[in-house]
Amino acid sequence: MIKGSFIDNLGRVYAMYTGGFLVFIILMAILEQFGVSAATIGILFVAFTVCIYALIGWLSRTMQVEAYYVAGREVPALYNGMATAADWMSGASFVALAGGIYFGGYGYLGFIVGWTGGYVLVNSLMAPYLRKFGCYTVPDFIGTRYGGNVARFCAVVILVVTSFTYVTAQINASGTIAARALQIPFEFGVWIGLLGILLCSMLGGMRAVTWTQVAQYIVLIVAYLVPVIWMSNKQGFGIIPHFGYGDAVARIQELEPLIGLGTAATEGAPFGGVRILTTPHNDPQGGMDSWKFVTLALCMMAGTASLPHILMRYFTTPSVRAARKSVAFSLFFIFLLYFTAPALATLTKLQLLDPNLATAVIGQSFEAVKSLEWVRNWESVNMLWLSDSNGDGILQLNEFFMRPDIVVLATPEIAGLPYVISGLVAAGGLAAAMSTADGLLLAIANALSHDLYYKIIDPKADTKHRLIVARVLLIVIGALAAMIASLQLTGILGAVAWAFCFACSGLFFPLVLGVWWKRANTQGAIAGMVCGFVAGSAYLYYVYTGGTPWMGIDHLRFGMIGMPVSLIAMVVVSLMTPAPDAETQAMVDEVRIPSGETILDAKH
Amino acid sequence: MSETTRDNGSGASSGPQIGQEARERHWSKTRNLTILVLVIWAIFAFILPWNAKALNELSFLGFPLGYYLIVQGSLIVFVLLIFFQNWRQDSIDDEAGVGDE
Repeated sequence: MIKGSFIDNLGRVYAMYTGGFLVFIILMAILEQFGVSAATIGILFVAFTVCIYALIGWLSRTMQVEAYYVAGREVPALYNGMATAADWMSGASFVALAGGIYFGGYGYLGFIVGWTGGYVLVNSLMAPYLRKFGCYTVPDFIGTRYGGNVARFCAVVILVVTSFTYVTAQINASGTIAARALQIPFEFGVWIGLLGILLCSMLGGMRAVTWTQVAQYIVLIVAYLVPVIWMSNKQGFGIIPHFGYGDAVARIQELEPLIGLGTAATEGAPFGGVRILTTPHNDPQGGMDSWKFVTLALCMMAGTASLPHILMRYFTTPSVRAARKSVAFSLFFIFLLYFTAPALATLTKLQLLDPNLATAVIGQSFEAVKSLEWVRNWESVNMLWLSDSNGDGILQLNEFFMRPDIVVLATPEIAGLPYVISGLVAAGGLAAAMSTADGLLLAIANALSHDLYYKIIDPKADTKHRLIVARVLLIVIGALAAMIASLQLTGILGAVAWAFCFACSGLFFPLVLGVWWKRANTQGAIAGMVCGFVAGSAYLYYVYTGGTPWMGIDHLRFGMIGMPVSLIAMVVVSLMTPAPDAETQAMVDEVRIPSGETILDAKH
Repeated sequence: MSETTRDNGSGASSGPQIGQEARERHWSKTRNLTILVLVIWAIFAFILPWNAKALNELSFLGFPLGYYLIVQGSLIVFVLLIFFQNWRQDSIDDEAGVGDE
């Protein structure tokens, strides 16, 4: 019922949806004026959006293999671009990116360049060729190109480790937001979040996830842009702040020495997670700074190009050309958020630091700041901490502790925007976390059901069996991830960067060389995957347990160890063993031509 | 393009009937375009951010240039670069008669 006419009417359906969402926001704003409580508005925002996602998930239910695994390969480029953008932008991008820039300065900006530039690699090296291949999953490509169950199995293992590292963080984020908006304990919030995620993905697989991700993208981008633009207008930073905040950067640089940036705190906060600002906003030193920037960007880029849950989105387009086009749209839609985050971080910082602005807190009377409403709100949930360490009655920079995550969440309150904006931001953060979790859980469950169960364990399984196995795995993995998330091992969960490094250590070269080097063979690919992944993981273990990082390569960039090892192992072992047979070489030739039939047939 | 009715496991012998020579010409053009794209990518991803300190001496749209590139300039270049590559690649494909739409 949703097919055919639904695809033809996508524009109208999503235009109506967007219009409906905007009307909902206005309705909430009106309710707020009538005195409805902030808590109720928060609940309505979360409940309304999650119900819509669940409805889309229900309408997209399917029992067909092709629809379940690759959305029937009928997703137009533009919509696949939006879905990929939602798949890509996690709770971390939405909530933590601006905070990272606020606290990390130049060193953190490597993430911005890395998480966008990676798409150039996706487009030039990966997506069109994998689409031509016609695979359902990333291990499907490895298994067919290199042949043999061992290669396929290695790819499955790396995929599971990568995606699982990532998904617990997403479930954690959706649990946190659900808990705060619905005012329930975090442990329940995690399971409510998981329920929402499964409602979107279980019945319809990739097809359901695709159409909910498009809806989630619209919510998250509206929720990110509206507060920034509103804040900018209210505070007089221009109608569109993105192109004019150069002055704000200059002003911050001018203020930094005056307010004692870099002075260490004399007291520690009584709880973890909060910190004072010590890094200059824009002060690259060259040398080691440059090296750390470039290595971080490289790991994030190569990781982007090997993340299975991103690559599999490009299997859903009708053609190779559409796959390429949708990479371009993906990056454009991602760019909209990524070039907003630095503007947000800069303007929020300026509002807090500049004594000429009414919103300033640094250098103001300690008691006055302490009694600000937004300060009290965030202090009560241990996200903010102030202490007049030197007893001069003035709040100094090294007395103002803040959790990086709250830069995005608190901006509307700092700028004095109505509460409806905070509700919107919560809905956006939830959309970002849920959409990424959907994609990741599906990537894991599909790899296990298609590559492990169907291709390796029981190749004779019928369609019905395969799809039931896929759904059972989805629930089991989701529950496992939620269980780990509810333990709140924040040190481990926070490391989204690890997922990228795992992916690029193990999968980047086997995927690239599978298309770009005909001589690459099975043994080489296995060596590349195993050596790269093991070397990267071993180095991570070494650094994480207190080892001294070698050349500044810390736990965020352990892909710098994994990738070269993977490349060398793959090339050396390939050259030491016989070249792949003529059939495989012909297959590679065929992958390089966009037209014609896919390598794997639709019922593989 | 029909995706549902097909019986072709290896795919090695299927596809458009273009000669070996045309195939090689198509691939060498594709490869050259990819190399060009990756060179531009590397300049904006690595070389310019590496030199952010020096570039900050210059000013662009009221921003220090090094900072501008990292937060906005390189990102815009990446977006345009992908659109550019696709435009060129489409014409390479069409020229060789292997465009798929």
